[in-house]
Amino acid sequence: MTGRIPSDPQPTAETQPFWDAAREGRFLVKRCRACTKAHWYPRTHCPFCASADTEWTEASGGGTIYSYSVMRRAEPVYVMAYVTLDEGPTMMTNLVDCDPDALAVGARVRIVYKPSTGGFAMPMFSPVPEVRS
Amino acid sequence: MAYIAGAYEHPTRDAGDKTLAQLQIESALGALADAGLSKSDVDGFFCGPDAPGTGPLSIADYMNLDLRHVDTTNTSGSSYVLHVAHAAQAIAAGKCNVALITLAGRPRADGRRKGAIVRNDSPAQPDYQWEQPFGMQILNMYGMTAMRHRALYGTTSEQLAWIRVAASEHAKHNELAMIRKPVTVEEVVQSPLVADPLRRLDCCITSDGGGAVIVTRPEIAKSLAMGRFRPCVRVKGSGERPQHQQGGYFEITESGAVVSGRTAFAEARVRPADIKYVSLYDSFTITVLIQLEDLGFCAKGQGGRFVMDGNLISGIGKLPFNTDGGGLCNNHPGARGGMTKIIEAVRQVRGEAHPAVQVPNCDLALVNAIGGQLGVRHASGTLILERE
Repeated sequence: MTGRIPSDPQPTAETQPFWDAAREGRFLVKRCRACTKAHWYPRTHCPFCASADTEWTEASGGGTIYSYSVMRRAEPVYVMAYVTLDEGPTMMTNLVDCDPDALAVGARVRIVYKPSTGGFAMPMFSPVPEVRS
Repeated sequence: MAYIAGAYEHPTRDAGDKTLAQLQIESALGALADAGLSKSDVDGFFCGPDAPGTGPLSIADYMNLDLRHVDTTNTSGSSYVLHVAHAAQAIAAGKCNVALITLAGRPRADGRRKGAIVRNDSPAQPDYQWEQPFGMQILNMYGMTAMRHRALYGTTSEQLAWIRVAASEHAKHNELAMIRKPVTVEEVVQSPLVADPLRRLDCCITSDGGGAVIVTRPEIAKSLAMGRFRPCVRVKGSGERPQHQQGGYFEITESGAVVSGRTAFAEARVRPADIKYVSLYDSFTITVLIQLEDLGFCAKGQGGRFVMDGNLISGIGKLPFNTDGGGLCNNHPGARGGMTKIIEAVRQVRGEAHPAVQVPNCDLALVNAIGGQLGVRHASGTLILERE
């Protein structure tokens, strides 16, 4: 499936490190040093304990499908999704390089970067082939 | 406690010949006439961003209102439900005596007949860069909500279809309804997929139109009702709840109605089993199902079973809903469904609904609206209305 090309994210001073790292293929998640919890989307102040002592940490890039919806009338068809990261929080994204009719909530996915119209590396996910024993 | 003394649904569904300001004043005058009041009685004005201009200022100017209280709370389609609660609070605090709440919209006349509501998202929103590039739309947020409900609880397309069927069975009696033809479960599940698992007939209509309600003090409401030989509609309880992504740890199948409903029921000192009629914002079939669960009309996950076999159809089921045909079939002015939900609940409590759908002895009704979007950010507003 050829994917829809995402629009540019329009980074801010608060989020520039994320997009710089994404360009290098590194997936950063914000974690709070005070309460140790990871959150999404990234912000300066921890949404749980409100501490400003938050740090960018490199995430594994693995996750599971929390939910998804196939936009059947869009051209090209695309898959909107929430993916729960192995680090804990759930993020909005697209599922790509996949058969939209073979997706399932709970299935394993892995990060893959796709370019936006202006060349930003957008964090998306594609299904991990099941290991058959 | 305050009362809803007037309610009016603008009859237009396609307002090519009218401006937004005209729809606002026609709706306002309709509700005032219904109450037996005049424009000069209004001293509080509540509106959403559908009112053109800065907050309430342009429309207050256009109508030449003489005001001492305003409120422009904006939670999208649920705004008007929150306005009723806020008006009741303002009246109790002595800030106004007669509150006018209006809604008007003309997306069809403006050429957005396909229902693609223009969004006002801005890159200054902290969520913008994490959502908009991925093609986030109202449709796919509700689609993901329905998909997860299906995965967690086994909710089927046929069960969701029963909600549309019930709305259409009511709309067939409403000569103003945009879509009056009844549909079957088969027709709904055979309509084309738009955002899995939602199909075309799981989605609401987009219409032009408007509406208004008047909230006032008990003594004014009682004297007006006595003159018109009809019951009073008391705002017995209310609740509101913004709900969001909670730092990335959320459950999209649970709405703000859990908290707004609990708050309203506690204030009204009644239980879900006491409610005779519900007006529920039906942006999509799944929206109705989740509100029913979260308001406590059935257990979480049981909404699919609850809505089956006509359980929401007046005269057949245990809990009649949206007896005007709702946003699925009747009217959805400006894609802001809270106002029309209040209006039909007022009709039911007064006994003034269409005879074919009037709920017998409808002494207690509930209104709930979800504004914004399930699946990402929304605000739920609940009202419990009592006949007096």
